[in-house]
Amino acid sequence: MSRFIVRRFLSVIPTLFIIVTLSFFLIRLAPGGPFSGEKKLPPEIMANIMRKYHMDEPLVKQYFRYMGDVLQFDLGPSYRYKDQTVNDLIGNAFPVSVMLGTMALGTALLLGTIVGITSALKQNKWQDYAAMSVAVLGISVPAFVVGPILMLIFALKLKWLPTSGWLSSRAGALTLIMPIITLMMPYFAYIARMSRGSLIEVMRSDYVRTARAKGLKESVVIRKHVLKGAMLPIVTYLGPAFSGIITGSVVVEQIFVIPGIGRIFVQSALNRDYTVIMGDVIVYSIILIAANFVVDILYGLLDPRISYK
Amino acid sequence: MTDDVILQVKDLKAYFKLDEGLLKAVDGVSFDLRKGETLGIVGESGSGKSVTNLAIMRLIPSPPGHIAGGEVVFMGDDILKMSDDGIRKIRGNKISMIFQDPMTCLNPFLKISTQMIETIVLHQGLDKKAAKEKAVDMLKLAGIPAPEKRIDQYPHQFSGGMRQRVMIAMALSCEPEILIADEPTTALDVTIQAQILELINELSERLGTAVILITHSLGVVAGMCDSICVMYAGRIVERGTADEIFSDPRHPYTQGLIKSVPRLDKVSTQRLYSIPGQPPNVINLPDCCPFFPRCERAMDVCKTKYPKVAELGDKRTVACWLYGEGK
Repeated sequence: MSRFIVRRFLSVIPTLFIIVTLSFFLIRLAPGGPFSGEKKLPPEIMANIMRKYHMDEPLVKQYFRYMGDVLQFDLGPSYRYKDQTVNDLIGNAFPVSVMLGTMALGTALLLGTIVGITSALKQNKWQDYAAMSVAVLGISVPAFVVGPILMLIFALKLKWLPTSGWLSSRAGALTLIMPIITLMMPYFAYIARMSRGSLIEVMRSDYVRTARAKGLKESVVIRKHVLKGAMLPIVTYLGPAFSGIITGSVVVEQIFVIPGIGRIFVQSALNRDYTVIMGDVIVYSIILIAANFVVDILYGLLDPRISYK
Repeated sequence: MTDDVILQVKDLKAYFKLDEGLLKAVDGVSFDLRKGETLGIVGESGSGKSVTNLAIMRLIPSPPGHIAGGEVVFMGDDILKMSDDGIRKIRGNKISMIFQDPMTCLNPFLKISTQMIETIVLHQGLDKKAAKEKAVDMLKLAGIPAPEKRIDQYPHQFSGGMRQRVMIAMALSCEPEILIADEPTTALDVTIQAQILELINELSERLGTAVILITHSLGVVAGMCDSICVMYAGRIVERGTADEIFSDPRHPYTQGLIKSVPRLDKVSTQRLYSIPGQPPNVINLPDCCPFFPRCERAMDVCKTKYPKVAELGDKRTVACWLYGEGK
């Protein structure tokens, strides 16, 4: 197991290297640049700016300069937010997104499995139909609809919750509720549908019939023989879901004015703020790789048929 | 004779409601099982053998299936009328089951020890340590080498034959009155098949367990069973001792089955016999003899009415218009 972890860990290095290299050149292929604003700058000033950010050098030289900085954990200065480095920008925004994403995914996982299990146990009864209708809604209604509707009802009409803001604002933890609900909806719905399907499949399997033939109570059969096997697909889904929920929080962050990384990502792409885009790409890649890595390890712990050498 | 009957199945019916119509998987099956007896239930795929036995254990997946009638009297009580708690005290304890495919019948996520101990603790009230000792003993009886070590392994670390041995050890660990073996050797290698049958035979004799052996192979029943029920399209078409069935088969279906077994004692250059046609679709089956389209001796009456069951002697019955009143 520990050898597997070390080997997997080492394999991250070339993966990241390829991602960074590709994105470095790809974003520079896109038309425009960080300083092609509406107002044309005089060529002398432009040349000065270019020199300051070493953008007058050949691309390959720029690449090696950037890689050298990255290896020292310096993601460079932002081209648009002049007083901030990329490390600052991401350092402030990333924890916000991770916190929001983790809470949303945690809630989605908890509610999703509860609803999924209930549906499976009450298959084709009204509880099942109700839960699965909610799930279809959750998957098909996008965040930019759910968010404003929640805001309209709970903030403007009922005045129970603040419309927007983040922890530091006066409303405190109450600001978390609506963003978490909006963000978790599709994940909750997906997990509910997936756990229902997987549970029903396992409940029909031969080994569960064996367990019933042994005289075990249905509750014991479910707890001891069904759940573990049925939850494996959910664990697999959690890896991509975790990185997806952090990247996918852009809309929610925009609606509820949350200072997260999603907003920075979108703005940097629109602004061609090269260093910030690169920083985002690196951070997202690490999250995705790390999440899948954790899932692989969990899988090895949950399923005795999988062993890592 | 009747007082050592431990299981009496009377007119058992199990139906499945499907979109295509009502599937009468088991339609009026009756038989007795005596203490220590080995009963073979033979029939083609889809003839209702497995469903009959799942119905005895009340394990038919519902919906779509349900038990539509009949009685299953086990030691004086009707299993079909018992409470859920009542039937659970019988399952795995008084009546155990082993299934066709040992590769999928053990839980891949749990150690063999966990799976065996839970049954013993549940039914015999032993503590875990004593239950584990008992489980190791059972594995040893079932011919698993180094059971003390093997018991802490997972199912995927066992071969198919070994897994079926584990299933047998698990099923017999509470010394049940009846062991239902649902095609226990179908999924196994030919060489392993004989060993597994031998093991079932040996252990059931030792523990005094009656066995219901479900199979589609006449060769399997010939060597092991005291009496035989032949099933066709959800009903028992012929019943008798193994000797009677093999030396004097009465139903044209049974005769066909026996003719289609390859013989070693007669050198023959002829093609092996096979019953013409396909087994019937039992959905919305009309009230006729379901075998008549394939029967060489079919008469007009066979097409309009299901034959009365003719009693030909003690425990010897045949459902065919050639015998009894309809003759």
